[in-house]
Amino acid sequence: MDEKERAITPATDSGLALSRRGFLRAGAAAGAMAAGTGAALAEGTPDPLITEVQPWAQGWGDGVDATPYGLPIRFEGDVVRRNVGWLTADVISSINFTPIHALDGTITPAGCAFERHHSGAIELAKEDYRLMIHGLVDKPLVFTYADLERFPRVNRTYFLECAANTGMEWAGAQLNGAQFTHGMIHNMEYSGVTLRTLLEEAGVKPEGKWIYVEGADASSNGRSIPLEKALDDCLVAFKANGEALRKEHGYPVRLCVPGWEGNMWVKWLRRIEVTENAVESREETSKYTDTLEDGTSRKWTWVMDAKSVVTSPSPQAPIKHGKGPLVITGLAWSGRGAITAVDVSIDGGKTWTEARLAAPGQDKALTRFYLDIEWDGSEMFLQSRATDETGYVQPTKNQLREIRGENSVYHNNCIQTWWVKANGEAENVEVS
Amino acid sequence: MSKFRNLVIGAALVAPLATPVLAEGYGLGREALPEEIAAWNLDVSPDGTGLPVGSGSVEDGEYLFSDNCAVCHGEFAEGVDNWPKLAGGDGTLARKDPVKTVGSYWPYLSTLWDYAHRSMPFGNAQSLSVDETYAIVAYILYSNNLVEDDFVLSNENFLEVEMPNADGFIVDDRETTEYPIFTNRCMENCKESVEITMRAAVLDVTPEEEGGEAAAAEEAPAAEAATEVAAEPAALSADPALVEAGEGVFKKCKACHQVGEGAQNKVGPVLNGLVGRAAGSVEGFKYSKPMSEKGAEGLVWDETTIAEYLKDPKGYIPKNKMSFAGLKKDEDIAAVIAYIEAQSK
Repeated sequence: MDEKERAITPATDSGLALSRRGFLRAGAAAGAMAAGTGAALAEGTPDPLITEVQPWAQGWGDGVDATPYGLPIRFEGDVVRRNVGWLTADVISSINFTPIHALDGTITPAGCAFERHHSGAIELAKEDYRLMIHGLVDKPLVFTYADLERFPRVNRTYFLECAANTGMEWAGAQLNGAQFTHGMIHNMEYSGVTLRTLLEEAGVKPEGKWIYVEGADASSNGRSIPLEKALDDCLVAFKANGEALRKEHGYPVRLCVPGWEGNMWVKWLRRIEVTENAVESREETSKYTDTLEDGTSRKWTWVMDAKSVVTSPSPQAPIKHGKGPLVITGLAWSGRGAITAVDVSIDGGKTWTEARLAAPGQDKALTRFYLDIEWDGSEMFLQSRATDETGYVQPTKNQLREIRGENSVYHNNCIQTWWVKANGEAENVEVS
Repeated sequence: MSKFRNLVIGAALVAPLATPVLAEGYGLGREALPEEIAAWNLDVSPDGTGLPVGSGSVEDGEYLFSDNCAVCHGEFAEGVDNWPKLAGGDGTLARKDPVKTVGSYWPYLSTLWDYAHRSMPFGNAQSLSVDETYAIVAYILYSNNLVEDDFVLSNENFLEVEMPNADGFIVDDRETTEYPIFTNRCMENCKESVEITMRAAVLDVTPEEEGGEAAAAEEAPAAEAATEVAAEPAALSADPALVEAGEGVFKKCKACHQVGEGAQNKVGPVLNGLVGRAAGSVEGFKYSKPMSEKGAEGLVWDETTIAEYLKDPKGYIPKNKMSFAGLKKDEDIAAVIAYIEAQSK
């Protein structure tokens, strides 16, 4: 097992190096291709890509074992997580962003799903993994990884959104790309054991009202969660999208707290303490609290409210084909249930059209929406607006500011505007 | 369908409240031993639950803070670069861009004690003793003008310390202040005019996409040429695979150190030319006293001395400023030295 892991680690590292090289090559290839198709082909001229036998249609491709664990083809080398250097003091306690502008569907591939660490992504082997449940329980217990695999298992798909997603946009439009404004999110199918099953195994005493969960990394990131939520839908997960959790997502075991802010989804979960009160640790007092205009702050703001964003067209995904048929697409989600509708506006919110949901909204999971239009080539102020099953309608930034002021960092679920210009380029703007 | 779901969620929410969760189960796992619980159960609550017996003075805390915390948080807890400020900010919470520090924002002292003891120093967590933690917490309180310089914090007077923003928090009230308002799904004539009020491109703080297609095409040959040029000297000195591995290891150092072209002193000194130079000799960097003394005594960094230092930074030069637990594996140390050397050229 150790060897296997070692084999994975360098592959990941060189994967990053490769993707950089791959990106350069992909860029060069794309450039050449654009020149080939754009410049040379007059109407009526046969396309050499069709009339001439191409090397890939003549020789061999790679054999089956060329990449024992595959990475995306090099042409997609720019679809990667990126960070914003000035946001944090270093990369050990930092965050990067999912390239949502380049993805489709709803499941986020683990390899480009955003990371947030407080003390770096640690390597914790399954053999070294222990999970302790203690505190106000009938019987304090220690589980090994192998123990967890013997409990009845469930599969659930949930989004995970960092409370700070879109947090840099409170004061005004700042970052020019959906990846940076809305990329602190991913959506995976988890396999694991319900937290309820494990708590029942230990037996919660009647005075137990909260749990405190803690990770095994040096930050010992910990959060207090009310027992009702713990017993409702929380999951102790060890697989995501069918495979073992990635190191950066908490291998071998993480907590899922569906619909609630990502910081609570403790990675490398090692301890669950049943308590009478909230511990009020650093991440639930000094951070992840929301200061209002008068200087008082909201605490325990766990739920992620309904939100949506157009992922394409967007600043990193401009329209390159000119006027005519255009696919407008994006993502919507709600921490309070399923998305029931998404509306799209191309005039900055004067009029709205209901978009098509690719599939019915799922509880606390990403929903993909499409609006297929005939673009006339004029500029657009593109917006999307989500409605969830509670009837909550995603607000504008000004609506949020009226209630919260401008000193918030977290929980900015406002309507986003992309200014799509006549040449197809898009820019992050704020509108009246 | 959604009605059915609501019914299920409703039932799930009610059930746990109505019936206590009974221990029955699968008989998996084993009983946690008292020593094991004690080793991991370190959190401290606002009412003092979990707080161990001990004490520490502002005076001792000042030295301890300087050795363990100041490298990021500043000698006076004022914060270095982007690292958190721990002091100041009094009266700024209702202002634009509030300064949130232990003194101005944190509601409970237990949070500070717990975090310092359980999660700090950054890169060397859980290395502070109970008394050292009391002393450092006392010093941070002093930095915020909350206690006098002769103050000694202990488990006995812990709950008497008043935190200025203790009453500054309310429980999430979105259910009453926001949810009833955010329900208008207007479809037509929702507003009269739309004007741009702010543009991200004007602010221009978005990271570069590492060049567009054209830039990438230009860059590619240059990068290849650079690799070719670098290939020869590298073959003479360092193993490229080792250097590459070292690049990975160096991620642990990057938070504080820079190396390579344009590198500057940051939290730690610049590492260009590290191999062969005297300890504590980088101009413009403020070293700890023990490090400067080692240099004066003639310590020169070579592969052996760097390796010994990296294995146990605090053991090799006690009380030096570098807050880093060290590298356990010899191959990591060899790799990171190779990388620093390669970057220095």
